[in-house]
Amino acid sequence: MSVRVVLHSPSGSRSFLERGLLLLVMLIFLEGTALTLGAASSPDISAQDNTGGHEHLDDHQGIAGSNDRTNYTYTKKAFPVLSLDYHHIQVPFEISLWVLLASLMKLGFHLIPRLSSIVPESCLLIVVGLLVGGLIKLAGEEVPPVLDSNLFFLCLLPPIILDAGYFLPIRPFMENIGTILMFAVVGTLWNAFFVGGLLYAVCQIEGTYLSQVELLPCLLFGSIISAVDPVAVLAVFEEIHINELLHILVFGESLLNDAVTVVLYHLFEEYSGAGEVTPMDVVLGVICFLIVSLGGIAVGAIYGILAAFTSRFTSHTRVIEPLFMFVYSYMAYLSAEMFHLSGIMALIACGAVMRPYVEANISHKSHTTVKYFLKMWSSVSETLIFIFLGVATVAGPHAWNWTFVSVTVILCLVSRVIGVVGLTFIINKFRIVKLTTKDQFIVAYGGLRGAIAFSLGYLLDKDLFPMRTMFLTAIITEIFFTVFVQGMTIKPLVDLLAVKKKQEAKRSINEEIHTQFLDHLLTGIEDICGHYGHHHWKDKLNRFNKKYIKKCLIAGERYKEPQLIAFYHKMEFKQAIELVESGGGVKLPSAVPSQVSMQNIQPKKLPPPVAERALPQFTKGREEEIRKILRSNLQKTRQRLRSYNRHTLVADPFEDGWNDFLLKKQRLIELEKKVRPMSNYLTVPGAIPDSPTMCRARLASGSGFKAEKGGAKVIPDPNAFYNIKASSDGVPTIQVDLASPQSPDSVNMEGADRDEDQGLMMKPAGKGEKGEGGNKNPGLMRCLSDPGPSNEDEEDEPFLP
Amino acid sequence: MGASQSAGTEHEFQDLADRTGFSLEQIGNINKRFRQLSNNEETLSREDLASIPALDNNPIRAQIINAFFDKRNLHQNETGTVQEIGFEEFLMVMTHFRPAAMGITEEERENLRRDKLRFLFNMHDTDSDGTINLEEYRRVVEELLSKAGTIGQETAKAIADAAMLEVASTTRGKMEPDEFYEGITFENFLQILNTFDIETRMHVRFLHMDTATLRCGKSK
Repeated sequence: MSVRVVLHSPSGSRSFLERGLLLLVMLIFLEGTALTLGAASSPDISAQDNTGGHEHLDDHQGIAGSNDRTNYTYTKKAFPVLSLDYHHIQVPFEISLWVLLASLMKLGFHLIPRLSSIVPESCLLIVVGLLVGGLIKLAGEEVPPVLDSNLFFLCLLPPIILDAGYFLPIRPFMENIGTILMFAVVGTLWNAFFVGGLLYAVCQIEGTYLSQVELLPCLLFGSIISAVDPVAVLAVFEEIHINELLHILVFGESLLNDAVTVVLYHLFEEYSGAGEVTPMDVVLGVICFLIVSLGGIAVGAIYGILAAFTSRFTSHTRVIEPLFMFVYSYMAYLSAEMFHLSGIMALIACGAVMRPYVEANISHKSHTTVKYFLKMWSSVSETLIFIFLGVATVAGPHAWNWTFVSVTVILCLVSRVIGVVGLTFIINKFRIVKLTTKDQFIVAYGGLRGAIAFSLGYLLDKDLFPMRTMFLTAIITEIFFTVFVQGMTIKPLVDLLAVKKKQEAKRSINEEIHTQFLDHLLTGIEDICGHYGHHHWKDKLNRFNKKYIKKCLIAGERYKEPQLIAFYHKMEFKQAIELVESGGGVKLPSAVPSQVSMQNIQPKKLPPPVAERALPQFTKGREEEIRKILRSNLQKTRQRLRSYNRHTLVADPFEDGWNDFLLKKQRLIELEKKVRPMSNYLTVPGAIPDSPTMCRARLASGSGFKAEKGGAKVIPDPNAFYNIKASSDGVPTIQVDLASPQSPDSVNMEGADRDEDQGLMMKPAGKGEKGEGGNKNPGLMRCLSDPGPSNEDEEDEPFLP
Repeated sequence: MGASQSAGTEHEFQDLADRTGFSLEQIGNINKRFRQLSNNEETLSREDLASIPALDNNPIRAQIINAFFDKRNLHQNETGTVQEIGFEEFLMVMTHFRPAAMGITEEERENLRRDKLRFLFNMHDTDSDGTINLEEYRRVVEELLSKAGTIGQETAKAIADAAMLEVASTTRGKMEPDEFYEGITFENFLQILNTFDIETRMHVRFLHMDTATLRCGKSK
């Protein structure tokens, strides 16, 4: 069966041609895959058809062999130069083929210019799944039952949940935990009973021919279909960039309702056989709920702490650090599932608990690895899930009943709206930031159902539930409805209602300072009031954390670093990277230049420091080093946005290597203290790690430097440099120290040519004497401009940040 | 404790309630706490506040205590500090921590923001000259990091400098090398904390304060 593809390639536009070709390749591949997978799914047939040749050969050999044994003669056959043995590799091959298909589809969608902005990816993927399923069916093969519940729950779901849990923004989550729990627990219960109950009532109506559906199966169905699905929510909400509060509300709800779903599902499934539920069972159910949720969290937390503890000792085996994290998390999930506890909550707890400690311990490369792997796996998983949903839809079997299906869809919507509105009314009495009507609408509209519901339905026993196929059909219809209709329209609705979007988080140091300040202030006021509120407990927890837990779980001295300093280091590092990347003089960043320098701020009455402090100077050798260091390490990093969005993930520069920096900074400070009284070069180490902010500030106050470029005057503006010197005492910025040999991961693995890079702190100022004295601060400028040794003479324009 | 309320309290409380917007119940609770802290006297001094053990762990303890005795926070148009405050002044300071009511207008919200930010500003501006200069800001950061050991002290200066630089460049833009940025004025302060939703963050829940949860914190 041939597939025709029309290439839309306007004349002369090469990129369109390329895209078109790629699409063509993909479609042909799609067809080929479909045939292979379809063929492969029916092994008997395929064994005959595809591997017929091989079988004959095999048979031949076999027969010959057996003949041999009986006849004790060996007839030599032609040596099989090339043979096809599909069975041998069938399963891994199919898996790889599916994964490849999923990834190519994802690739394809982003190549098509406007498609991804109109239709959310999840919809497209379901359509692709439908296509593939359709192709398989048309090719006459049986569609493989790909969305097997085991596969789904054990392989496809964990990466997504771990990704979500690891990158969960803890602060907003905890601040809204009450609301989230209300929605998750009470909301899901309400939905389940409302939908289940009313469905039962509808089924009892004459004329629908559904009267054989009992109450309990209806309630079971209600509980399956009422749970908001994290995969679908993630997939859709990531693209609409809604404000953090709403995002965390819906998303948190989708994560935490797992416990409720698990309990209800098991409860109703158990007792559907018995046909009735006694009050005793209800009580047991409640207890079960508590055990499931708290137990899941406890299991996750234990594994998280284990992972954190293990990571404390991995400083010599950096390469397998990411592995520990993944394995511990997965084991947490499996352990929870083993006891029928909530695996999702276990994973979330594990990820959230382990993150702060592990991040303090592992190297920045491991951290990047973890991040990328998580995003990659979760991305592939999500894609596969949606494609499989499409395929499973085609596979059937379906039992369409207009009444049942339509009533389900309507009831789900209605119950969701009523639930959200009702709960918000109650919740708003306790919230400081009330939820407006718009917020409520988005929360209600964002309650998407997804593959978890389908898998749970799939798990139902055919014998106990004869109406299983009808349920499955209804579930699929509901999923399609929410994903397609709600998913596609939510973005325009968000724009229409002018819901607050996610603010581009440009965290400034002032905000950070004031966040901390406010925390302490509010804690203090609470203490004065005698009111043991929310801040008080948070403060207590933090102190406990700092005093005991961090000591156990974080290696070395890093546990002492307060958050503000960590933030500052990260900011500096980020600016350093910006500086390096933008420097080179070729392109200037378009950001508003900071034309303010330290001299503008420094109060004039500050006494000038020791007079013989000369301009910090660099030797040529030092510059070489710096340039090499920067080039090798920082070049690989790219400007990144802080994001936990799967589609645009790039690592957060804040998080790369700050722990190394801290160590180096400490050593630098010590060294600086030792060296300061020495030479008139303000210690070379002290000079180099000028904060890029300061550096930039200096550079930006243009006139200060122009005189130096000629190399004649060293210090045109004593004030500028004095002030800068005064302020750079405590400014050991470290980005240039990346390649210090003390950092075992960053340098030693880089290769042999690093041996001259001993890190700036190693050379005391005394050695700085050699080399030309004419090196001035433009030396710093040059080195940060990174291009290469040959550009040494190039005088770059001052970097504007 | 209740028996030691002064005569005419109800009337006073009503008056205070009208002025500050607290409910009678909340004022009653705060009064009880005031009595506890001040050992049943009419006025509260710094030592009374300083003797709350829970405050010991707070890095900005001194600033918080000073804030109570700072005239600028008492809705009076004076500067300087007082040595002792009465209940009314105590209440005045507390009004800065009220949460935003639900149906307030934009203007009211803006006023609330200004009010709260003014409180913060006054905490930083210790010499009451209307601007936060570099020294004051440095002290703020140093205090914040005072529990952090040596590493804190050294980077505190750097952090404060960077922050100041940021404020200057955000609010003043381009500056000549010989211009001098005196310090953060209140308007600048408003500007840099523009995205900081202070009206929702700076609040203490007075709703559920009752005698049961009042922990005096003093060895009583």
